[in-house]
Amino acid sequence: MKATPDTLTVSVWRGAESGGSFESFEVPNFESQTILDIVAWIQQNSDPTLTYRYACRVGMCGSCAMMVNGVPRWTCRTHVQKVVQDNRVEIAPLRNLPVIKDLATDMDPFFDKWIAAEGLHHPTKSRHDPIEQINPESAARVEAASGIECINCSVCYAACDTVANNPDYLGPAALQRAWTVYNDSKDAGRQQVLDAVSGVGGCHNCHSQGSCAVHCPNDLNPMKAIAGLKRATATSFFRKGSRT
Amino acid sequence: MIRPHRTHTLWFAYILHRLSGLSLALFLPAHFYIMSLALTQPERLDGFLKWTDLMIVKVAEYGLVFLLAVHIFGGLRLMALEWLPWSNGQKTLAAAAVGGAFLISTMFFMRAI
Amino acid sequence: MMDIRLYMLQRISALIMAPLTLGHIAVMIYAIQGGLSADEILGRTQGSVFWFLFYGSFVAAVSIHAAIGLRVIVSEWLGLRGMVLTVFGWAVFLVLLAMGAQAVLAVTQT
Repeated sequence: MKATPDTLTVSVWRGAESGGSFESFEVPNFESQTILDIVAWIQQNSDPTLTYRYACRVGMCGSCAMMVNGVPRWTCRTHVQKVVQDNRVEIAPLRNLPVIKDLATDMDPFFDKWIAAEGLHHPTKSRHDPIEQINPESAARVEAASGIECINCSVCYAACDTVANNPDYLGPAALQRAWTVYNDSKDAGRQQVLDAVSGVGGCHNCHSQGSCAVHCPNDLNPMKAIAGLKRATATSFFRKGSRT
Repeated sequence: MIRPHRTHTLWFAYILHRLSGLSLALFLPAHFYIMSLALTQPERLDGFLKWTDLMIVKVAEYGLVFLLAVHIFGGLRLMALEWLPWSNGQKTLAAAAVGGAFLISTMFFMRAI
Repeated sequence: MMDIRLYMLQRISALIMAPLTLGHIAVMIYAIQGGLSADEILGRTQGSVFWFLFYGSFVAAVSIHAAIGLRVIVSEWLGLRGMVLTVFGWAVFLVLLAMGAQAVLAVTQT
């Protein structure tokens, strides 16, 4: 068995939107540590000016996603052993988003598109109405539930080439949320959702490359959700056509 | 080099569909032009068609038939993905599209030579 | 870039072409044996209403389909946007339609 080296060589991207470059750090090669652990180690021991974002450290909050060896990952739950290559790791800010500084990206475009896709609740009732009973086995609820565990980490958004090539495209996460809302029987905005995802940046730009589903840390399938939106909008398109 | 976030089956299916479509679109004007010679200059059409006896041209035709077949089979997979109820076997279907295209274009090539 | 209208045109033209393409491939496999000649092709197609409708609808559908496809590619890979992109799409459509119509007429006219 090969002896484990004492240190890892970690390339970290430093800079801002205007430009930057990779900087190399030597980091202790502990047997069990995550990518977020080594980023934190660098910030605490090598260079306190290193900027990055995290919060929960347990894969719930969706703040710590970065590019690790060219692949978008949630760094708090990515073991170094799983991704290390020749004792090296390369860490960069998420793709497809503006960089604020170092490893911290500006998530505004990501969340703005979430709203633009009508990925928000459109209430049917007020607080004075009784709580509606939802059958968890109904087809629509099963469909809605399949996308509900999204933690807004933007990994799918960073993985998507269509986002990279088309700045208007709403992206996998926002469209998956739109599909979830569309299937929620407590939501009053079904047609609003279909209209929102049918514009120039809508679901019809998706080429079903499936990188979103491959890289989603929660094993969700935005490509499938987007296919659902395409089906629903096409059906609605034929219905509208037959009425006029 | 293909960047690491792209190295999976459905991304390869995407790039194959795009490049085959692009190649076919670029081939179309030449195809239309040569066929339109039938009316005005039939002897020039025959001149072009003689070229198809060359082995190198037969291999090129093999490639074109493959591109056409892989584009239509891949396209049918995408239509099914988008408009029929969801199926989990997308990777298998994408591989089947390539296999089917290879089979059909090879059949063409075998008859051509 | 790709709204529902273009998407529906793209998909419907694709569905129209699906049987036509399979037919086209079948004819190619049938016709290629023993080499190609103008006489052989024209003998099959000249004066035939069936082949006129077959290739005519094929040309119309492929002009739409290829124009939208190329439009997406130049937008995504070359960054074309706005008016330039619209003009490009229409130009591809019209050129393919004109050339294709000429070819169909050439092989079916008597």
